Amino acid sequence: MKKLAMAAFAVAVLSSAAYADTIKVGVIGPFSGPFAVSGKNFKVGIDAWLAVNGNKVGDNEIQIVYRDIPQADPAQSKSLAQELIVREGVQYLAGFYFTPDAMAAAPLLSQGNVPMVVMNAATSAIVTASPYVVRTSFTMWQNTTPIAKVAKDQGVTKVITLVSDYGPGIDAENAFKAAFEKEDGQVVETIRMPLSTNDFAPLMQRVKDSGAEALFAFLPSGPPTLAFVKAYNDNGLKAAGIKFFATGDLTPESDLPALGDAGLGLTTTYHYSVSHDSPENKAFVAAAEKAIGNPVELTFPAVGAYDGMYVISRMIEATGGKKDAKAAVEAVKGLSWTSPRGPVTIDPESRHITQNVYLREVGRDADGKYINKEIQTFEKQGDPGLAFVKK
Amino acid sequence: MQTVFSIAVDALAYGMVLFVISIGLSVTMGLMRVVNLAHGAFAMIAGYLASYAARDLGLGYAAGILIAVVGTVIIAIPLERFLYRRLYGATELTQVLMTIGITFCVIGIANFIFGPTLKTIPLPPALQGSVDLGFRSIAAHRVFAIVCGLVVALALWFLIERTAFGIRLRAAVDNAAMAAALGVRTEVVYAVSFAVAIGLAALGGVVGAELLPVEPYYALRYMVTFLVVVSVGGAGSIPGALLACLVLGAIDTTGRYLAPEYGEFFFYLAVIVIVTLFPRGLLGRSKQ
Repeated sequence: MKKLAMAAFAVAVLSSAAYADTIKVGVIGPFSGPFAVSGKNFKVGIDAWLAVNGNKVGDNEIQIVYRDIPQADPAQSKSLAQELIVREGVQYLAGFYFTPDAMAAAPLLSQGNVPMVVMNAATSAIVTASPYVVRTSFTMWQNTTPIAKVAKDQGVTKVITLVSDYGPGIDAENAFKAAFEKEDGQVVETIRMPLSTNDFAPLMQRVKDSGAEALFAFLPSGPPTLAFVKAYNDNGLKAAGIKFFATGDLTPESDLPALGDAGLGLTTTYHYSVSHDSPENKAFVAAAEKAIGNPVELTFPAVGAYDGMYVISRMIEATGGKKDAKAAVEAVKGLSWTSPRGPVTIDPESRHITQNVYLREVGRDADGKYINKEIQTFEKQGDPGLAFVKK
Repeated sequence: MQTVFSIAVDALAYGMVLFVISIGLSVTMGLMRVVNLAHGAFAMIAGYLASYAARDLGLGYAAGILIAVVGTVIIAIPLERFLYRRLYGATELTQVLMTIGITFCVIGIANFIFGPTLKTIPLPPALQGSVDLGFRSIAAHRVFAIVCGLVVALALWFLIERTAFGIRLRAAVDNAAMAAALGVRTEVVYAVSFAVAIGLAALGGVVGAELLPVEPYYALRYMVTFLVVVSVGGAGSIPGALLACLVLGAIDTTGRYLAPEYGEFFFYLAVIVIVTLFPRGLLGRSKQ
């Protein structure tokens, strides 16, 4: 009996030693269901990074373990994260498209000794949920704040805001209001639309009646954004000269062909455009297009995932493949590099990515393809939303 | 006053779009007594076909509608023959389980073939842009949807209430055995009605695509709304469905204009009140 126990112990020790070279990264995202295109972009970003840099960091081999969570579902996210940590033995958690999913998994990090690299979820508060959270995507506040300045610069003084009635929508509303009022602008009305809204005509009428010179809108990308932009055109708001400001969520590259000419001239602020002109981005897009199959589907979560993989590789390098969440997170604090989206830094204090935010206009490129053309750069934007979380 | 008119116009347009999409479901549920949860799936198939024909093949909008309706009916015929025919007279649970299964299959197939991105159906120049009503403008394609809705309502009412086929259909539904004994070929009647219902779903899917864009989850996303229209209007009643769409369209649009932060509260409150007062729907037939 003793011999058997010894043998079992020996096998366990040996096998864990043998497995130390393979470092598992658990990625949780929507790989099926209505948000599958976003999950696919996670995968594409990761595949592109692996294709460019190989799957080895030093002697350690990276292995990705995917877990599917079709819709925002905190309970399932938590149990998937737990399963990844306990059963799969992952050293890093990554992905997370929705804020509630990231929030639910965050409490497991300290006990599991696992850092989390958030590749999309965009509510400011996530980084405060655990000291082991690092984010390579964006926040609503980060992307919204510059557009208030753009509105002011164009001589707009009265704006009506329309946002989807859920976490990020409220963030966008607050961010725009704070930034626009700081510029001495006036938000005449704030409207929160239910997520399930599909007929926007009455809301457009309300915008007209409000006397605002411009509207600011946020909706998560998906079928309603298309209907929203069409309603803006069809109900004569564009003709009446009411300006349209939004974050890039309304004009993701994957929706632009569907929007067609209705989208031309829309101005949005965002941290990444697929058409961004830089050698880093060209290399990324070339690798990502190979991974995605249909280039039309390539959009912003891919770059969050790509940079997330870079951060994870630096963490692995710093810890030499050992499981040490604290050292891993410390190693990337203040880390700067040139991402496909431009120069970025992991802010040492918030562990959120500091990056350029671009003002873009929907137009056509030389081949007639619809793109988000960058026309102005707001450099080194941090996350202004964090100040409001701490209050 | 202007606001009232403007809400009324929006309500009419929204209600009629709902009507065009939901009326086929009212026919299957009310007249054929099949709870067809795959109704949205057929509307979606039509949307994909129309988008493919009009956008990728460049055949134009009218041809797109025609191809979508005919194509969807052709796809539906084998389904009726091999799957739905077993469901006539089955319990509702069986019907729900099988049709929801079909819906999931269609979602998966659509996702596989066409990908998860939105598909649009390019409108002809005449339906683009907006129509000026004097006090406001309205999208031209909504006027088209209103006209489609009225035409469909009239044609269906005539077909069911005024033609020999309508009489046979109602007889077959009320008592299949007796109707068969009197020489009505119930199988043919059912097959034709099913085809008509699917054709209507297809038409609705295409005409309503500007409001409810075509993507793989279309099939489930809007099913609740369609079912609500049918249950409020009374399954199988054309005027009932029309009335339900106008009432619900008005309530939803007014609520959205005056108090958008309440979401769909007023919509579902109205549904609860109506269904409580009229358990068979506004103009539903009572079961024999």
